[in-house]
Amino acid sequence: MRFDDRRFVLMATVIAVCAVFIVRLFWLQVVDDRWKARAADISERKITVFPSRGLIYDRHGELLVANTPVYDIMVVPREVKEFDTLALAQLLGVTPKDVHDRLTKARAYSGYKPSEFEKQVTADQFAGISLHLHKYPGFYAQSRTLRTYPERIGAHMLGYLSEVSQRKVEQDPYYRAGDVIGVGGLEQYYEPALRGRRGVKYVVVDVHNNVQGKFMGGQYDTLGVEGKNLYTSIDARMQAYGERLMAHKKGSIVALDPRTGGILALVTSPSYDPELLVGRVRNHNYGVLQRDSLNPLFDRALQAQYPPGSIFKLVQALTALQEGVITPQTGFPCNKALVGCHNHPMATDVEHAIQYSCNPYFYQVFKREIEQNKDPDRFKDAVLGLNEWEGYVRSFGLGERPRVDLPAAKGGRVPNTAFYDKRYGKGGWAFSTIYSVSIGQGEVEVVPMQMANLAAIFANRGWYIDPHIVTAIGHPDSLTRWERHKTKVDDHWFDLIAEGMRRVTEEAGGTARAARIPGVTVCGKTGTAQNPHGKDHAVFVCFAPMENPRIAMAVYVENSGFGGTWAAPIASLLMEQYLTDTITRPDLEKRMLEADLIADEKNYKPFVSKRRKR
Amino acid sequence: MTAVRDSIRANMDRPLTALYLLLLFAGWANIYSAAYNPDHPNLFDTAMEYGNQSVWIVVCLVLGAAVMMVHGDFIKNMAVPAYSVSLLLLALVPVLGKEVGGNTNWLQLGPVRIQPSEFAKFATALVLTRYLSGLQAFRGMRTRAIATAIILAPVGLILLGKDVGTALTFGAFILVLYREGLSGNILLLAIGVAILAVLSLILRESMFHIPFWGREVSGQYFLIGIITLTCLFAFWFISRFVLKGQRKRLYGFILFTLIGSAVFISAFDFVFENVLSERHRTRIGVTLGLVYDPQGLGYNAEQSKTAIGSGGLIGKGYLKGTFTKYKYVPEQQTDFIFCTVGEEWGFAGTTLVVLLFGALILRCIQIGERQRSRFTRIYAYCVASIFFLHLMINVGMAIGLAPVIGIPLPLFSYGGSSLVGFTLLLATLVRLDAERLSQLR
Repeated sequence: MRFDDRRFVLMATVIAVCAVFIVRLFWLQVVDDRWKARAADISERKITVFPSRGLIYDRHGELLVANTPVYDIMVVPREVKEFDTLALAQLLGVTPKDVHDRLTKARAYSGYKPSEFEKQVTADQFAGISLHLHKYPGFYAQSRTLRTYPERIGAHMLGYLSEVSQRKVEQDPYYRAGDVIGVGGLEQYYEPALRGRRGVKYVVVDVHNNVQGKFMGGQYDTLGVEGKNLYTSIDARMQAYGERLMAHKKGSIVALDPRTGGILALVTSPSYDPELLVGRVRNHNYGVLQRDSLNPLFDRALQAQYPPGSIFKLVQALTALQEGVITPQTGFPCNKALVGCHNHPMATDVEHAIQYSCNPYFYQVFKREIEQNKDPDRFKDAVLGLNEWEGYVRSFGLGERPRVDLPAAKGGRVPNTAFYDKRYGKGGWAFSTIYSVSIGQGEVEVVPMQMANLAAIFANRGWYIDPHIVTAIGHPDSLTRWERHKTKVDDHWFDLIAEGMRRVTEEAGGTARAARIPGVTVCGKTGTAQNPHGKDHAVFVCFAPMENPRIAMAVYVENSGFGGTWAAPIASLLMEQYLTDTITRPDLEKRMLEADLIADEKNYKPFVSKRRKR
Repeated sequence: MTAVRDSIRANMDRPLTALYLLLLFAGWANIYSAAYNPDHPNLFDTAMEYGNQSVWIVVCLVLGAAVMMVHGDFIKNMAVPAYSVSLLLLALVPVLGKEVGGNTNWLQLGPVRIQPSEFAKFATALVLTRYLSGLQAFRGMRTRAIATAIILAPVGLILLGKDVGTALTFGAFILVLYREGLSGNILLLAIGVAILAVLSLILRESMFHIPFWGREVSGQYFLIGIITLTCLFAFWFISRFVLKGQRKRLYGFILFTLIGSAVFISAFDFVFENVLSERHRTRIGVTLGLVYDPQGLGYNAEQSKTAIGSGGLIGKGYLKGTFTKYKYVPEQQTDFIFCTVGEEWGFAGTTLVVLLFGALILRCIQIGERQRSRFTRIYAYCVASIFFLHLMINVGMAIGLAPVIGIPLPLFSYGGSSLVGFTLLLATLVRLDAERLSQLR
């Protein structure tokens, strides 16, 4: 019996097996992408290189916002060996259950890729942890930075960092869930400059998770760009002093350098310590601040809209003079039948009218502006008059959002014909309807930022540069340009205003004699913003020195009644400190620092917040 | 006799020699890549695997040339001594050997470690060939018993060292016996048994509800039940439709199948539970897809498939296989060397390697069939079968078609013993074939 034919069975078997292998290999290598994905998932790592966020300096190079290192404890579950759960829990200051839960969560995410195990361990805590971390294979530390505020001032204008919202992630392709983003203040306004641009490195790791080299020679890597530093016009000392003076008071201070528009101090009170909104405690503290009855998160300097009160009389005088409806020598009797006033000598000219802040005087001034007898119908005449008037008033930066480099500034309101038409109907109003505007009450509203700008216009005798905080981005010399605006009122009329404002502080009968500074000529004007809910708000605007002014300021103290009592002295102390670097009136200072104008509002629960260890 | 007939060089089989050299070079290049270390780029740096392999390749080439010098009769006469020495060495392994990776199959001889089981394959092939070539026909119980004993002697010794993988490769000789006249039914029986084994493994974890009886039985019994029903149906079918004279033989077959299956399934269950170790059980389970354990014992198979699958159509390029290079695949210079091929050369490379091996095996068969000498023909089938089994298990394991069994891919896997063993197998065939015109055995 011969079995020669069996060779074909064997050959067929060999061919069949080879064919099966080739089909299987085709499936594994060409058809099924799962394996490629798995290989990439296991052996390739995308490393994001976060640029350090830009720092923020004040005008003298003092740091307002800096970065401080913190450490995230990461875990790669596959590398974790058996360990003492209790010891690790104690080391990190968490419960053994936390350790177990987080490890389970990390495992569920990926065995090969690192997960965050404990976030934001401070440098102090980490000093203790780092000594022992090597005992726990699979755990390692990754450093990153948090914001820190060396001076602990300017919370509102600086803003804070928060995790980016889901909406932002969907809108802006740069952000990914978990990224931080600036919220409010400079952090938000200058977010793209401050954050820089993150870089991405792709590396290949071996089975022990050691980096073995660049993926594809680094051809997919992108270079990061460091965040740019911001150089501001803020005077940290003045800012801090302003915040101290405003403690226990509601209100705001805006101080400008009138020559540049640079903001020297931007105080909102009540405020909070910016450190409260950093790191792990941010969410908790934010909730506490949100529930606080004094509303410390409200940025009064940019968002509180008050009637301008008597200070508006200066704008009225300038507008009337420019329109030619009055002359510097125009006098009006103090007729309290028209509008209430206090007792003072009759204002025989504009300067005295300002000095005495005579209400009936400016009633008459505004009446002349609105009723220019261009139309026999007094309603139509009022429309013509108001339209012209509006153009002048708006040229002072009123009625529009200040172009300040901060988000969320409000614009106040300059009532115009459209506004009154809407409220009273077309032809339904005349001067007699709107006369309150003459003395800065009624429908006109301004925010403190605009008020300070007004002071700068008076100081400059007719022009202003948009108020701003940042003077240079990236390098102190790379100056940013800000727009210069001219009012519609000729320069020479402003000398009259300046003289009137000088008399307010220097002459007998002036309403703000408390604002005087020895050796410096201060020009000021008090105001009272009517408050339908309680005691009136006090306002004081001023600039100094009278010739070549270096500072212009608006101070609001809410519910403090008359502007001369609190607002003027506070402004005076701040100006003195800024201009002469000394305080010659310690008694006044003491009185201002200790004044507590919101004591009766403080029957809320004591302010409890966690604070990050530094 | 002419000079041409005697000239070895003129009669060396060129395709086989070329295939051997090609695979040898490809294997070496892949070991170089798998173990590549930029700090030791020297090909002969014995600190590195490829350095050692380079040395072994030189040894193999010298050895191959030496075999060409030897007369065929000498080879034939060396069969029994070589076999005896192999058995002796194998017997020494459990006593003197070192345990590596759960197996004891190494002997330390001075600076080199050798694996006697690799040489035993060669020696067993020679002895089996010699025995079978001396027979008139492969017939009778005695013949079968002797042939089986020749194969099983080294297998038994190897199993003492717990090297199941290598022991399994001796199963290749069944194909030789088949070619020489072993009943095909035995092979079919083996296939049937294998199917039963796989089925019972798949079913043993599940419970089945029996209709009309209201009870649950485990998978094995369910399987026996299905077979019984099938046999009953076959019995009814035969009694109705088959001529009376034929029935008795078929009844016997049915009865044998039924009893055999039932006994095998029960016995298999027992062996699986009590004889195999947990490691083997899991490996088999992973291959059959019964156990998903990518972090544990299924790790090797999973990583291997990942490495090969990530290669794509044309691979990542030579020395650029990151997945294998960064040690994700265990044993990747030895048992899983095919992963490096798959990752760096892609589907193109793996197909080429499979085709080269296929060609090598088919060429061996072709060479065997052109012999007038029974000895050379049987020997050629031994070589073909051994290469075939290695290819089937090693590549099958790397691509997830076979359980993880640690046997080398011929000429590719790192290791001097297997390289020398396979070289001897092939060189001897080339030498014997070269004599086909002048000698008749």
